[in-house]
Amino acid sequence: MADEVVIVQGNEACVRGALAAGCRFFAGYPITPATEIAELMARDLPGSGGVFVQMEDELGSINSVIGAAWGGMKSMTATTGPGFSLMQEGIGYAAATETPCVIIDVQRGGPATGQPTLSSQQDVMQARYGSHGDYEIIALCPASVQEAFELTVRAFNLAERFRTPVILLSDEIVGHTREKLVIPRDLEVTPRTRPRARPEEYLMYRADESGLLDGMPAAGQGYKILVESQTHDETGNRRGGDMEASARLMRRLCEKVTNHLDELTDLEAFGCEEAEVVVLSYGSVSRSAGHAVKMARERGLRAGAVRLKTLWPFPDQAVARHVGAAGRVIVPEMNMGRISREVQRVLRREIGVVSLPRLGGALPTPQEILEAMGGR
Amino acid sequence: MHPLAEKMLRKSALPSIYCPGCGHGTVLNAYLRAVDQLGIFDQISHVGGIGCSGWTPVFLDSDTIHALHGRALAVATGLKLANPGRKVTVFAGDGDCTAIGGNHFLHAARRNIDLCLIIMNNEIYGMTGGQAAPTTPSGARTQTSPHGNPEPTLDACKLAVCAGASYVARYTVAQPRRLTRAIKEGLVHKGLAVIEAVVQCPTQAGRYMHGTGSPVELYRIIKEKTVDLSQAAGLKPEELAGRIVTGKFHQDPSQPEYTEQVYGLMDRARGGS
Repeated sequence: MADEVVIVQGNEACVRGALAAGCRFFAGYPITPATEIAELMARDLPGSGGVFVQMEDELGSINSVIGAAWGGMKSMTATTGPGFSLMQEGIGYAAATETPCVIIDVQRGGPATGQPTLSSQQDVMQARYGSHGDYEIIALCPASVQEAFELTVRAFNLAERFRTPVILLSDEIVGHTREKLVIPRDLEVTPRTRPRARPEEYLMYRADESGLLDGMPAAGQGYKILVESQTHDETGNRRGGDMEASARLMRRLCEKVTNHLDELTDLEAFGCEEAEVVVLSYGSVSRSAGHAVKMARERGLRAGAVRLKTLWPFPDQAVARHVGAAGRVIVPEMNMGRISREVQRVLRREIGVVSLPRLGGALPTPQEILEAMGGR
Repeated sequence: MHPLAEKMLRKSALPSIYCPGCGHGTVLNAYLRAVDQLGIFDQISHVGGIGCSGWTPVFLDSDTIHALHGRALAVATGLKLANPGRKVTVFAGDGDCTAIGGNHFLHAARRNIDLCLIIMNNEIYGMTGGQAAPTTPSGARTQTSPHGNPEPTLDACKLAVCAGASYVARYTVAQPRRLTRAIKEGLVHKGLAVIEAVVQCPTQAGRYMHGTGSPVELYRIIKEKTVDLSQAAGLKPEELAGRIVTGKFHQDPSQPEYTEQVYGLMDRARGGS
């Protein structure tokens, strides 16, 4: 059979991606501009043998998603800034208890109620540091409807492999843009696998050398799972007062992500080899950035582009490799310039890293980016 | 070790975190007896919140989730919906369930989801050192109401009945047989079963609120305050002030249960009848 081709908005692409990836539980709460994800899940999940529940608030959403994961279902929620804030404690819980789940944040302007109907990239640091305590998170950034689908599938796959919450940092522009989506027949989907150890030998949090766990058990399979929110040892038993065991857990939770940076790195680089100026972007802003670089090259500028699809963990080496040689790096963002700081950190210099913050809800135009590049 | 403990407790999680003389052990005891008499221990997953009471399921050798403060019912909602063939028991404290988790309590009751919720009410925040809870009596002195509690008291059972829970009962630790019977009924009931167990807290509520850290004395106080539902009907509101009304407040097995509704809808969506 051929691939399926449809024209849908980004939020719908997320729903289709989630269903294709095996999501069977969605809990959510209405919030603009993410609501279509809940609405379409309510429509389509039951027919796919899945559970849709509209919870009483976002705290309920993320926590029931966690419960469903341990009940044996791939699970997710979707929200935007205010709801994402409410979910942060639960996201930290999922990270600490190594609960696979997917959280979609269709970013809008903030803080507070902010700009419910307009786009932003103001949650990039909330995604990274939103919950209390130290942990590493995986966050992916789609720039198109096609990528909203593909990265949702990837988010589910990574959640299973890394046993951690994965955040899809979409935004209002990607969420509400309607464009072509090709749904491939053959998709790579990471199934939920039970632990290889037999129940009587099973230890909840026995990790391999790279920090990853052995399969994901569910309630009722005989493993007598102990999902413990306090810092714990391999058995899952509380060790909050044990400094060594707690430090060991915190370190592993971070390193299981950072140890696999190469595998997690996902970016597109274009024309960077000879470039004197490179535009580094992510999410919907890459649409303008790509156009600006094309215009610059047509005008004879030696310009390149880097587009991040995995934002966290930040792809330090890959960014350094692609933009390190360029005299100037332009970083257009729909926030106060949060990721430009990451680029400065990676390059160990502020000189030549030009932040191009765009606030208010509209994309930076290709012309604006072109001017920052020195073209016109 | 007692044979019931041998059979159902998670040895690696012991000793318990309960203080000497804590009433939570009596509730755990009643729970083990109820589950053992029904012979269904293997069929139950357990969820606990944060606080002294929330540790209770951690001591059970079962599938257990120790959730965030206030979120036990939300986690249990996801667990039950994903795994509808298994029973789920939730242990929560009065503060965990009715303060920080109040919204989930309201809506779990409204949905009438098939969970057995045991609220262990010691009238205070015990683990953090004795602060006022929604269940703390008006006027009582606690660490956050040193001049007397200016707030009225929440009746979790009344709230549960109003919000739609289909089984609601309250007993004290001084009524262990009735408490055990209620837990058994709650476990076999289809729908949200809310069982409030009034417990003594010698360490915090006892010392600061009741002027005694003696469990025996606190038992006496609980017994003195207890009024059976049948007698309470004949008492005026002022006569009931400060009393603990115990009994079965509500039982209606005919109320639609949420998990069945969700799965019924799923069957229809998939083209079934």
